[in-house]
Formats: sequence, structure tokens, C-alpha cells
Amino acid sequence: MNRSTIDLWVGIFVAIGFGAILFLALKVGNLLTLDRAPGYHLEASFDNIGGLKLRAPVKAAGVVVGRVEAVRLDPKAYDAVVTMRVDRDYQFSKDTIAAINTSGLLGEVYIGLDAGGDPTMLKDGDRINKTQSAVVIEKLISQFLFEKASETGNAGGAAQAPPKSSGKAVEGAKK
Amino acid sequence: MSTEVAAGIAYWLRRLGGAVTGAVGQLGYASRFLLAVLWHTPDAFRRIHLTLREIYFAGVLSLVVILMSGLFVGMVLSLQGYETLKRYGADEQLGYVVALALVRELGPVIAGLLFASRAGSAITAEIGLMKTTEQLAAMEMMAVDPVARVVAPRFWGGVISMPLLAALFSAFGIFGGYIVGVRLIGIDSGAFWGQMHAGVDFWPDVTNGIIKSFAFGAAVSLIAVFEGYDAKPTAEGVASATTRTVVVSSLAILALDFVLTVFMFRGAKLV
Repeated sequence: MNRSTIDLWVGIFVAIGFGAILFLALKVGNLLTLDRAPGYHLEASFDNIGGLKLRAPVKAAGVVVGRVEAVRLDPKAYDAVVTMRVDRDYQFSKDTIAAINTSGLLGEVYIGLDAGGDPTMLKDGDRINKTQSAVVIEKLISQFLFEKASETGNAGGAAQAPPKSSGKAVEGAKK
Repeated sequence: MSTEVAAGIAYWLRRLGGAVTGAVGQLGYASRFLLAVLWHTPDAFRRIHLTLREIYFAGVLSLVVILMSGLFVGMVLSLQGYETLKRYGADEQLGYVVALALVRELGPVIAGLLFASRAGSAITAEIGLMKTTEQLAAMEMMAVDPVARVVAPRFWGGVISMPLLAALFSAFGIFGGYIVGVRLIGIDSGAFWGQMHAGVDFWPDVTNGIIKSFAFGAAVSLIAVFEGYDAKPTAEGVASATTRTVVVSSLAILALDFVLTVFMFRGAKLV
């Protein structure tokens, strides 16, 4: 085959090959989106971050405004300290509440920012003071069960009425 | 009687020892061969038209099979993924599932397997036949190093073609997934692309796929040129060398894939 024809075909091949890599990088992957957009860092500490992952979205009113950049454990307070990068276009007031939410029952875990009314805004490196930790389903269920149990226990105690013999009443209930 | 048994055992021990030393010797020869090929890398790029010709034969002519397979693999992934995701009401995640599977695993691996059987076997047969017809010996007579003239361009042609083919495979697979998921099943187009875009990271997902395809390209090309160069100079020898290329490089791709995936998972920060 002619050398220039081969050159032409190889050129086409390399061009569409690089086109495919570019497609994978820009359209399929998220190179050049949000990560490269200039942003500022905020910190927030939570008792429990649940299933929060690195690069999880930070949302305000459902709109993605940033990403979680780092998660570490505060060695003194044993709190989880989350560092997030927020798009510079969005400013949040000092009394913003950060909460760890889950979209749907099985959905992704994200940080929801709920802006307050304070006129001063958070700056780069600031810490969000008001936080709400992740809801742990197991804890919720056990709390609910304990409450139910104590309710029925109380009800039993109330039925046995006289407060003096409440200890006996409980014993009786056990029998 | 007992001497017969002892002789039998000794015979099998000799066979075993011969097989082991033969395998180790082959490995040493292959390593030496790899060094020779790498040493002649400048030759492959100085006479670039030789390498371009190999990219044409290994890459351009593999395009049709790679693109068609990519399309069908993406379509099947989309169909199967939808069946499972639908149970959990997560069918909008389909684009993400298809893209991640293709970019991280299936793109490099299946493109590598196809490349081994389409281009690797052809390279082995070509070099083996050159050896059989004493063209390689004739080159050496003319003071032309066959490793520089024949082997290095084929090796580099394969190494360059493979990542491009894998990327095209993944891209067409995602397109096939889009056709089935959005056009046939009727998932919202915005959710399909949006979930994919949000979930797949360039670093590490796409780059890991590219690294894998480079490694597979190097492994397949090396095995192909080595088997061709090492083939017995008979018709039967070339046939068995071609078979060995496909078998050994398929196994090498799957084993390498496991090893690379282990390293990549360890490298990723799991929080």
C-alpha cells in the first residue's frame, strides 16, 4: 500500500482515538468541572459522618455547590472534621447549618448547607459551627424500641398504681 | 523390578527438571529480548514510516472489530444492568454503571483480548514466516539488525495502538449503552449522562483504564513478537507459535488485570 495512504489512515486513527479519550475525560468523566473552578474551603465537625465519602457533593437547596475534600478525626474531641471546597460564586452566612443528608433510602450521602440570615459571610478556612450529624438508622430503631419498651413499662407501672410498691409491681410484671 | 521403578522415577524427574530449566531459560531469553527491543526503540522512531505501517496493520485494521464489539458489549451491559437496577428503583444510575464498568475494566480487557487475537496472532505469523523463509537471516547477512528493522516497529505499533483502541471501545460501548438505555428502554437522557458525569472521575477511573490498556498493549505486543521470533522455522512451528501467542497473551491480560486492579484499589484512598 502507498505510504501516504497509510499515513492518512494512521492519522485518522490517532485522531479519533484521542477524540475518544477526550470524550471519556470530558463527557463521561468529570475533568474540568467544579474541581478546577476556583473555590474556597470550609470546615465543619460532626459527631458522626455516617457514610460520607471523599468527593461527596455539597448541596444548598439541592444544587451542588462544592465537594468534600478531606475527612479526618479530631484526636482530642473525637469529632469528624470535614473539609469541603465550595464554589467561589456562592457565599454563605456565618450561621449556616451543615447537615449530613441522604438522598432517598439508598442514595448517596451529601452535605446539605442551609443558609441563615447573618449578614457576615463565611470566608476561606472558616468553620461552620452549627452542624447536624448523620442519622444512623440502627440508633433510630433502637431508640424507638427503648421508648416503646419504657412506655409499656410505665403503663404497667401505672396500672399497678400504688407508688410505694412499684418495685414489687415490676417484680410481679416480670413473673 | 525395583531398578525398573527407579529408572522410571529418574526419567520423570529428568523430564520435570528439563521442563523447569527450559521455562526459566525461556523467561531469561524473553527478558533479554525485551531489553533488545527497548534498546532499539530509537530505530523504531527514527524510521517512523515502519512504525506507522505497523500502527496501520495493528490499529486501523482492528478498528471495525473493536468498534462493533464495543457497541454490542455496551448494549448488553445496558440491558442487563437495567434489569438489576430496576429492582431497587435505581434505573437512572444505568449510565453510571455502564460507563464505570467499561472505562475501568471491560474496555481495556476486552479490547486487549480482541487485539491479541486480531493483531497479535498476525504479528507472530508474519515474523515466524519471515524466519521460516530465512528473511531474518538474510537481513543479518546484510548487516541489518532484524530486531531494529522488524521487531521494534511492530512492538511499538502495538503499544501505541492499544490505548487508542481501548478508549474507542469504551466510547462506543457507552454509545451502545445509550442507544439501549435511552432510545429503547426510555431512561431519561439527562439522568443517563448526568449520573455518569457525576459518578465517573477522570482521576482515577479513566486514567486507570488508560494505564491498564498501555500495560496490556505492551504485554500482548511483546508476547507476539517474541513468539514469532522464537518460532520453530517450520509451517507447524509457526502455527503453534501463533496459537501460543493468543493463549499466553489472553492469560497475561487477565492476570495483569487482576494485579493492576489490586494496586489501583490500594492506591485509591478509601474513606
